[in-house]
Amino acid sequence: MTFQVFMQHLANGISLGSLYALIAIGYTMVYGILRLINFAHGDIFMIATYVAFYGVMLLGMQLWWIAFPAAIIFTYFFGRLVERAAYRPLRNSPRISVLISAIGVSFLIENLAIVIFGGRPKAFPIPPIFNKIIQIGDVSIVSITFFIPAITLALLVGLVYFINQTKTGMAMRAVSKDYEAARLMAIDVDKIISLTFGIGSILAAVGGIMWGLKFPQLVPLMGLMPGLKCFIAAVVGGIGDIRGAVLGGFILGLGEIMLVAFLPALTGYRDAFAFVLLIVILLIKPTGLMGQKLTEKV
Amino acid sequence: MKKGRLELNIIAMALFIGLLFLFRITFDSYKMKILNLCGIYIILGLSLNLINGFTGLFSLGHAGFMAVGAYTAGLLTMSPAMKEMNFFMKPIVPFLAEVEWPFFPALLMAGVISALMGFLIGSPVLKLKDDYLAIATLGFSEIIRVIFTNTQSLTNGALGLKGLPIYTNIWWSWGAAIFTILFMVFLIKGSYGKALKAIREDEIAAEAMGINLFKHKVMSFTMGAFFAGIGGALLGNLLGTIDPNMFRFVLTFNILLIVVLGGIGSITGTVISAVVVTVAMEALRVLDETINFGFVTIQGIPGMRMVIFSLLLMIVILFYQQGLMGTKEFTWDWFFNGKGFRKTLKKEVK
Repeated sequence: MTFQVFMQHLANGISLGSLYALIAIGYTMVYGILRLINFAHGDIFMIATYVAFYGVMLLGMQLWWIAFPAAIIFTYFFGRLVERAAYRPLRNSPRISVLISAIGVSFLIENLAIVIFGGRPKAFPIPPIFNKIIQIGDVSIVSITFFIPAITLALLVGLVYFINQTKTGMAMRAVSKDYEAARLMAIDVDKIISLTFGIGSILAAVGGIMWGLKFPQLVPLMGLMPGLKCFIAAVVGGIGDIRGAVLGGFILGLGEIMLVAFLPALTGYRDAFAFVLLIVILLIKPTGLMGQKLTEKV
Repeated sequence: MKKGRLELNIIAMALFIGLLFLFRITFDSYKMKILNLCGIYIILGLSLNLINGFTGLFSLGHAGFMAVGAYTAGLLTMSPAMKEMNFFMKPIVPFLAEVEWPFFPALLMAGVISALMGFLIGSPVLKLKDDYLAIATLGFSEIIRVIFTNTQSLTNGALGLKGLPIYTNIWWSWGAAIFTILFMVFLIKGSYGKALKAIREDEIAAEAMGINLFKHKVMSFTMGAFFAGIGGALLGNLLGTIDPNMFRFVLTFNILLIVVLGGIGSITGTVISAVVVTVAMEALRVLDETINFGFVTIQGIPGMRMVIFSLLLMIVILFYQQGLMGTKEFTWDWFFNGKGFRKTLKKEVK
């Protein structure tokens, strides 16, 4: 493998890793607060991409800078709606019911998407700015490959600031540490949980739109695989921890690309890589690379 | 069991077999297929209920076990000539090329291989809990699918297997279903069943009572995998074609739907809802197709059927968590006296 081919793979791996990281943060935030796999996260991601697609179709390609933020705002409310409808009524139910509800709402969104958007794949419109080919020495890279890590980094900084420095962020941390104590401290727990879903959905929406720009094919089930993989990224990094989600996302993204690059014979097994990694990590270090150990109370 | 109950059971069984004979004479092949599917889904529903409902382990790997079972039975029962026609991309591995087993040993083998997979997967994975277990088992079933798509010389890859001998008939499917029901009833009534339910209610308390958690969990998981393999094998030899994409997560979802609707932890509930869901899945097919009444045409919407089923699952889990039966079971006492269903547990599952 020559140097420039390697660099190309590396750039690809980093941009895929940033996408995974972005979506994994949504999982990890929800898990941190509710101790629940939000199975619908991948579908929220899919909805965002479709809304962005229809926005661009409606407004025209020049107005993509209106269509994309509009899609992100829509997804924010959509995420909160999902939480309100499917998770809040089960706040005090056994975990198995909540998990089934999560799977149920995920299937509902997917099937509604098939009914509303149709099962036929659609081509995501790519504004020219994201599609330029940039030459660095002998390495030629599409501009979106640079945009993705940059946007991810910007969002990450914003998010960390929000969680660590603002009052709402503090409330969020309090709710994730102890539910009841947070309520006693006059924190509106329901509102904070809803907000967490909203923020997670925003990240999923940004991730979804960038996913569309990188892999421009839209199908109603497109959220399924990335959704599962990003959850795995969150678990690998240590669920509940934002740094862990980022780390897991990069390990997964880079690992996947490099597996295909170095061992082309295993190309067909690309999707299995994440799951093998998951099972290995769970067996060696069940709380993930950066997770803290939880002791069970009787 | 009280006196006279055995006779009642035998009479009920005889009546049921008579009913199957009647169905066999009167039903056309399409209805027979649905009837077969009902039996198969009873097996699948019960096997998932054993893991999820009675032991309280949240497993989502059923599609994977079914795939193992379906492929094992398919490869063992296909005739050598048929195999040669199927494997035109790459020849089949030599040790499978010439085998052609009768259905019964192939079916058993499907269950055994699937159980073996369950054991191998279960031993490491069952140390995990709740959602971790769910995602790990889901991951396992996806890995199985990816492997089956890529091992061209063993499974014929993405092309799948065509021309499986159609061995499954109502005697096989319902025979296996009745065997599964009886097995489950005796298992749950016995000391193993009590241990499993204790684990579901409170793991720590169960361990303190001297129940070997790990052994029981692996056992329940392996038995669930065995029946899932049998169900998959029956399904493969009913449809005649299998390919890896059949065994997606949607399949596990359908079985989960059956278990939840029937009541998590009820054999009776699972049996009833397996039949109802299977029939409804076919009956609601009209929603996906265009209906023409002559004077007015209703445009069918493809996918509407699954929307209704997901909605149904959501409604049940949000507003009626007990499902059809909760953890209750059918008894003759209830049948004759209306004394209310026998509760398998004093306390409802929390």
